[in-house]
Amino acid sequence: MQALTTRAKQVQRKPLSWVERIYLWNIFKGMLITFSHIFKKQPTIHYPEQKRTFSPVFRGLHVLNRDEEGRERCTACGLCAVACPAEAITMEAAERMQGEEHLYREEKYAAKYEINMLRCIFCGLCEEACPKDAIYLSETFTPSDFTRESFIYGKENLLIPDPVKQPEAFAKARGLN
Amino acid sequence: MQEHQHHIKLPEGSIEKQTTTLNLGPTHPATHGVFQNILELDGERIVSAEQTVGYIHRAFEKLAERRPLYQITTLTDRLNYCSSPINNMGWHMTCEKLLKIETPKRVDYLRIIIMELARISDHLICNSIVGVDSGAYTGFLYVMQYRELIYEIYEEICGSRLTTNIGRIGGFERNFNAVAFEKLEKFLREYPKVLKEFDNLFVRNRIFMDRLQGTGAISAERALNYGFTGPNLRASGVDYDVRVHNPYCSYGDFDFIIPVGKTGDNYDKFLVRDEEMWQSLSIIEQAYRKVQDFKGADAEVFHADVPEYYLPEKKDVYTKMEALIWHFKIIMGETDIPKGEVYFSVEGANGELGFYLISDGGRTPYRLHFRRPCFVYYQAYEEVTKGSMLSDAIITMSSMNLIAGEMDA
Repeated sequence: MQALTTRAKQVQRKPLSWVERIYLWNIFKGMLITFSHIFKKQPTIHYPEQKRTFSPVFRGLHVLNRDEEGRERCTACGLCAVACPAEAITMEAAERMQGEEHLYREEKYAAKYEINMLRCIFCGLCEEACPKDAIYLSETFTPSDFTRESFIYGKENLLIPDPVKQPEAFAKARGLN
Repeated sequence: MQEHQHHIKLPEGSIEKQTTTLNLGPTHPATHGVFQNILELDGERIVSAEQTVGYIHRAFEKLAERRPLYQITTLTDRLNYCSSPINNMGWHMTCEKLLKIETPKRVDYLRIIIMELARISDHLICNSIVGVDSGAYTGFLYVMQYRELIYEIYEEICGSRLTTNIGRIGGFERNFNAVAFEKLEKFLREYPKVLKEFDNLFVRNRIFMDRLQGTGAISAERALNYGFTGPNLRASGVDYDVRVHNPYCSYGDFDFIIPVGKTGDNYDKFLVRDEEMWQSLSIIEQAYRKVQDFKGADAEVFHADVPEYYLPEKKDVYTKMEALIWHFKIIMGETDIPKGEVYFSVEGANGELGFYLISDGGRTPYRLHFRRPCFVYYQAYEEVTKGSMLSDAIITMSSMNLIAGEMDA
C-alpha cells in the first residue's frame, strides 16, 4: 500500500531479545509491578458505607420541587413529557380551586404526575425542558424494590418535603447540609 | 450427509460429520456483548463460523425518524457506549453541517478534549480486555482508575458517566467548571505514568506476544474490501484517519501522527491502539493549552449563537417572555429543519462513525443512517478466525473492539 499521508509512522515490532525470551524474567517483571502496587494508596471506596462526592450537576433520581413557601412549582405544562426521549413521564393537569393557593404556585397544577423509573434513561432533558424550575435530577441513585409497579413513581415519591413544615427533611433532600 | 447438516460447510473430503458445532453466544461471558457465532470446530480449531446479528437491535434509525434532533443524541449514547461522547458530538456536528452552523474555536477545542478523552477510555478498555482474555487480569484493574477519572470529567460537564448525552447542537450545555479543568490537569499529570506501566506489563511480554502475534491477521487489501476503518485498518498498514483526511472540528490545528502496523494481526492492533493513546494525550495537551490562551470574553464562549436550536438561559426563561417562547419552540421540536441531505463522519474510537441524514423539511429526520464500524468488522470475523484456535478467536473478537451496541444499533 502506498502511504496516503505524510504522518504515518510504523509501530515498533522488533523480535524478542534473548533476555525477553526467558519466561521467568517476564514473570519476575510482572510480579515486580504487582508488588509495587501493594504499597500504593487504595483507589477503591467501600460503598455503601463510604460514598464519593458527585458533581453538582449529577443526574440521579427526579425530584419535584417546591418554592420557599412550600407550594408545588409544577404547572403541568407537559414540556418534560414532550422532551422525554424514553416517554417515561405522564401527567394529568387540574385547575387550582379557591383556597388552594397555599398548595400550588400556579393556577394549574399536576393532579397526577408519574415517572416510570424503569423506562427513564436519566438523560436530564426533562430538567432542561422545565420552564418553572419544578423538576430536577438529584444525587440519589440506585433505587431498589421488589415489584415493577413500585418503580412507577407518583407524586408521593417525587415531591420534595415541605420546607416550611419539615425544614430538616427539605434541607436533606436538597443536599444543603 | 444427513439432511439437517446441509447448512454446515464441511471440510472437503469428509464423508460424515466429524466436527463439533458450538454456539458461542449470544450470551457468553467471553464475548463481552450480545454476539452469536455458530462455530464449527475440529478439535479446538475453527473450521467455519457463522455470525448472527440483531440480538440487541433497538431500531434506532427508525426511532430517530420520530424524534426532534436534540432527542436523537440519547440514541447515539447507546451505540458505542465505551466512547459515547464521540457519538454525541458526531451527531451534533452532523446537525450543524445540515443547519450550516459555524462553531467558535473554543467550542471546537473543548470538543476535541472530550473526544480524545473518550478515545483514550475506549482504547484503554479494548487493550486491557485483550489482556484479560489472554490471561493477564492485573493490567486491566490498574488502568481502570484512570478511566474512572475520565468519567468524572464527563460528570462535571454533563452530570453522567456512561450514557453521557454531552453537548448540544452548537456547543455545550454548560461551560467547563474549575473542577473539570482541575481533574483534566490531574489526568494529564498522572496518566502518562500509568500508561507507561501498562506498556511495561504488556508490550514486550513474551507470553502476551506469543498469544497475539499471528492471530486474527488480515491483509490491507482484504481489510479495504470489507470496508475496515479506524485502528483495525491502520493495523494492516493503511494510514487512513478521518481526522487527517477530512478534518472536522479544527483537527487541522493539531499536530499528531498516525500509527500504522504491517500485518494486521492482534499484536499490531494492540500496538496501534497503544500508540494512539499517546497521540490522543498529546492532542489533549495541545488543545488544553489552546483553550487557556483564550482571554476575556472569548474564554467564556461555550456555544455558538443559534437561537433556533440552542436553549436560552434558564434565568431568562423564568423572567422574559421572548426567551420562554423560544424555549417552548425548541423543546417541542417546532422548528422546521431545512431540506437537505448530509453525510458526516468522525473518527470514532473504533473506526469511521458516519451519520447519513436526510431531511425533507419536516421537524424530524426523514431518514437517518448510522455507519457503524463494528457492523463492518463483524462481517470479517469468519475470515480472520478461520483455522485459528477457539481461544485465539476470543482474543480476536476483543482486539477488533466489537461492541454489540454499535453493531446492532
